[in-house]
Order: sequence, then C-alpha cells, then structure tokens
Amino acid sequence: MRQTRPVVNPNVQGKQYPATAPYLVGREKIREFAHAVKSVSPVNLDLFAAQAAGYTDLVAPPTFAVVIQERSLATVLADPDAAIDFSRVVHGDQRFTYVRPIVAGDELTSVLTVASVKSLGAHSMVTFETKIFDIDQQLVCTAFSTLVVRGDE
Amino acid sequence: MSIKFEELEVGQAIGSLEFLLTRDSLVRYAGASGDFNPIHYRDDIAAAVGLPGVLAHGMLTMGAAVQVAVNWVGDSGRIADYQVRFTKPVVVDPIEGAVLTVAGKIGAIDGESRTVRVDLAATFNETAVLGKAQAVVRF
Repeated sequence: MRQTRPVVNPNVQGKQYPATAPYLVGREKIREFAHAVKSVSPVNLDLFAAQAAGYTDLVAPPTFAVVIQERSLATVLADPDAAIDFSRVVHGDQRFTYVRPIVAGDELTSVLTVASVKSLGAHSMVTFETKIFDIDQQLVCTAFSTLVVRGDE
Repeated sequence: MSIKFEELEVGQAIGSLEFLLTRDSLVRYAGASGDFNPIHYRDDIAAAVGLPGVLAHGMLTMGAAVQVAVNWVGDSGRIADYQVRFTKPVVVDPIEGAVLTVAGKIGAIDGESRTVRVDLAATFNETAVLGKAQAVVRF
C-alpha cells in the first residue's frame, strides 16, 4: 500500500519567514529583465524616457517583483519544516499588486507568509503571500503565488 | 498621453502581439530572472519528469503577455495589478521555437478609481495557455 503522507506539511499554513536581505535593484538588471520579457517600453530601457515620465530612474517591468519573491521562496523551499519537494512543483498562478512601481535604486526586502495549504487528492496547493518593502519600510508590492506540489499519482 | 479615459469602452480591443519564444529566449529569461530550473533548457530532464518537451517559464509567458497592455498605455509603471493562472504549458521546439499570440481587450472600467482592467488572451498552438490574465491600468 502506498504511503499517503501529505506532500506539504499542512502545519506551515500561517507561517511567516524572516525578511530577506536587501536587494538593490540595478539599472542594467532592469534592462536585462526587460529584454528577457520582450519589453520595448521606453521607461524600462531609456533613462531619459523614464525621467520624462516622472520617475527617478528606470522602471522595472510589471513581473520583475518575481525576482524578489523568488528570494523568499528559496527560504521556504530550503525549510525542512515545510518539506516541499521542488522537483514536484508546478506554478499554478501568480499575482502582483503594486502600491508603486519598482525603480532602479530601490533596496527591497521581502517577508513571505504561507497563506494557505490545501490538499487536492494526492496533490497540495500552497499559496504564498510575499510583501515587498523599500528601505523606508514602505510597502511597494504584494506578490501572491500558488504552487501545486504533485503527489504520487 | 493620447488615450482618453472617458472614451474607453468595455470590450474594446487594445492591441495584440506575437512573440517567437526560442530556446535562446528561455536561456535569456533564466539568466535575467534567476530561475534555472533545467526543465526550461534540458530536453533529457524535461523528458525524465514526464514533460512533452522543454517548457517556457510560466513567468516568461506572463511577462511577455502584459506587454500588450504596457504598449497600449505606454508606461509599465501604470500597471497597478497583474494576475494570471497558468493553464497549459508552452512547449518550445529546439529548432522552431514556439509562437505565443497575445490579444488584449478592455474587461472593465472603474470611473471612481480611474482604472481599467485589461483582459489578455494568450494562445500557443491555438490553445489558451493563461487563464484569468488581467492587468489593471491606472489612469
């Protein structure tokens, strides 16, 4: 008989992980990311265009916050308490809610909370809420990510 | 900007884009994002875990799709909220790549907050690959 242990420890629901070390958003990193997601938006690529639009520096594309979210997620995936097997993970959904756009020069930290752990047959669905703060501790963006962790079929 | 908020209508098409995603695109995205999961560049590993081939990062599809809304509004900093569900994988052929087609239309208008919800339809091989792909644009 097959073991029916959950693929994610349900007790991690509600668990909050410590803030990540500050990540300094670089201008060239924004350009590199913008090219990778096929952006041609001048505010992502051209400093003068970004400044003309009222920003202090280049603006990061709308999905750039995933880079910050990933740093928090790495902490969870390394947490034996959560027991998430990365090789079984499929990305289910993703959302970014911005208070303001991320711009070059921002120093960002993130605090991740396990919002929910649900079982779907042999699989688990884990939703993470990652709050991203700037150096003044102001909220910049909240990222929501649901991972599906496949169990034994 | 030239778009007049008061003249926008629900259902209005705002544009579309076609992206050729190649293995080169995936390697570039891996480097830019830090997501080095080998299912996005190694055929042997993709096959070993039962996938039909090397897949595009879901976040690459998400990141490219929103460009339809970004190009329309002309400023990516005005995307206040963006969400998607990943419903189908995009398999990237080593030679041909994969063509991702994205079309946007206005899904809702909120006069009070002066925001517009853009609904994005992303397809690969005539199949929708994103569900509930919605970007909220500030005006």
